[in-house]
Amino acid sequence: MNFLGLGDRTWLWLAGAGYLVGFGLGTAALLRDRRDPPVGTYLTIVAGFLLQTIGLYLRGAAVKGCPIGNLFEIFQFTAWSAIALYLVVGATFRLSLFGYFTSCLSAVLTLVSLTVPGWDAAHRINAFGDTPWVALHATLALFSYGVFALLALTSGMYLLQTYSLKHKRLHGLFSFLPSILELDLISVRLLSVGVVVMTWSLAIGSFHWVQDLASVNPPKLITAGIWLAYLAALLLRLGRKLVSQRLAWTCLALFIAALVSLPLVNASRHPVTPPAAPAGTPI
Amino acid sequence: MSAPTFFLLGASHHTAPLELREQLALAGEKSAALRGALRTLPGLREFAVLNTCNRVEIYGLAAEPGAVAGLQAAFCDLSRLDAAAFARIRLELHDQAAVQHLLEVAAGLDSQVVGETEILGQVKAAYAAAQAAGTTGPVLNRVFQKTFQAAKHVRTQTAIGEGQISVASIAVDLALKIFGDLRSCRVLVLGAGEIGEKTARAFRSREAGAMTVASRQFEHAAELARALGARPIALEGVPAALADFDVAVCSTASPEYIVVRAVVAAAMRRRAAQPFFFIDLALPRNVDPAVADLENVFLYNLDDLAEIARDNLAQRQSETARARSLLAAKAGALWGQVQERLNGSRPAPG
Repeated sequence: MNFLGLGDRTWLWLAGAGYLVGFGLGTAALLRDRRDPPVGTYLTIVAGFLLQTIGLYLRGAAVKGCPIGNLFEIFQFTAWSAIALYLVVGATFRLSLFGYFTSCLSAVLTLVSLTVPGWDAAHRINAFGDTPWVALHATLALFSYGVFALLALTSGMYLLQTYSLKHKRLHGLFSFLPSILELDLISVRLLSVGVVVMTWSLAIGSFHWVQDLASVNPPKLITAGIWLAYLAALLLRLGRKLVSQRLAWTCLALFIAALVSLPLVNASRHPVTPPAAPAGTPI
Repeated sequence: MSAPTFFLLGASHHTAPLELREQLALAGEKSAALRGALRTLPGLREFAVLNTCNRVEIYGLAAEPGAVAGLQAAFCDLSRLDAAAFARIRLELHDQAAVQHLLEVAAGLDSQVVGETEILGQVKAAYAAAQAAGTTGPVLNRVFQKTFQAAKHVRTQTAIGEGQISVASIAVDLALKIFGDLRSCRVLVLGAGEIGEKTARAFRSREAGAMTVASRQFEHAAELARALGARPIALEGVPAALADFDVAVCSTASPEYIVVRAVVAAAMRRRAAQPFFFIDLALPRNVDPAVADLENVFLYNLDDLAEIARDNLAQRQSETARARSLLAAKAGALWGQVQERLNGSRPAPG
């Protein structure tokens, strides 16, 4: 399916390029020892988001459902979710360098998934069947991964700022990082939102699983394990048992675990991967 | 008839030692007396006097070649300095070079502490005083107004004013990096010495929250607390109350550590999610360095703050060439406008 003569992957390439431009603008400013240009970065991210929305819409129309049927689409959708949330969170909290790091992460997720051909394996149309609840479960789960992606970014920024202040390295990139307390506040909020969204997702999914216990396989239990780990991190943070750098490292490690688990969960849905179809071709 | 010339005549810390600058300073009625003398000086159309602790500079528009010499004579006479002595320290610039100098002065490039901002206010005050005295005209008005714009421009386009260079301001900047907003920050001032007071005042000026002063002698703590609008407590009560603070400014004369790791560790168990910032301004140090190993605790001593000040100053100085080049372009454009104005006001020949 095309729009303005361009296929879905072309739009997604353009989106990746947009995020890359945002990252490049920020890097150029930092190399000149200047703060990243907030408006410039924000606008390039908005442009990338719009381009990605078009690409995902075209892919969704082609597969007749939410485009999260293979690893390529999962990574694209996770990046899109992270950006959608950033557009709200970034504008609200105006955290210095947040746009810079978000554009970097989105460029990586978008462009890496585009450059690995095996990830865009063909999958059946309407991959989640006739029940919309399973699609909603999967969509919410991936949206929560987008939230956790932003949480990983704020955690990384927290660790950088702590390192900077502990080791008295205050120039360059470090001089533009937000304060420790701001980063902690936004991290706790993102952790809460991510856990709530993922809980909804698992609650919806569990109704389906109860009726079809045979479909519950070990990779799906990994997702439940990740949810449990995030929930535990949130409860420990609220109880002030897991704070500061330990919380930041935990959030980073959990996001990496979540990313690594995605191919396993995806493979469990598609035990046999058929050869890749041409871009945007309905199967 | 020769063209009017825009000039600067004066002396600064670059040219004159402190003793001579003291002699030249236009303190008290000297400033009004100089203004009175210059008003009646033949050929001097406009003038403004910039008088700070580091410089006395007179900017003006001379319509006749002898006007600047007349001004120098009046100035030396008032300062009781002979012309030969003044000639050794004199800074005299004309036209575009004078404009460029004013721009550099206003931007803080010519200051003793490069990039300081106080000078811009002093230049503004000098211009306002000249305006009030009616000694400015179209040329000085144009030059000074454009100078203020150029000074702001160079500050936003370069890092000339970035990074604090006083210990107190650096401490406050570091606190902002930890807490973001100081309004809910509770500050404990340990010791009633001068450096502690200065730092406490810097926190106050940035709207820090509740402030408490503790000192070995309670009456000293009470006195400083009154001055700062703070609450005094006894030094002995500090360990038990430490968890209730976010920032501790330490500057007591104690020969041994008064903040030790075990006390801070106990306090952090009660406030694990909240960072703690120790500023140790004392010599010998008041805070056990092992405190810095605790999670969420940040410790800066006098050496750390001094090194940051040195780095910031070096960074400012590294920006001066870029700032100067930006100002040179501005000075060229401004001088072009002034020349047009001067040519327009000159009577047609013949």
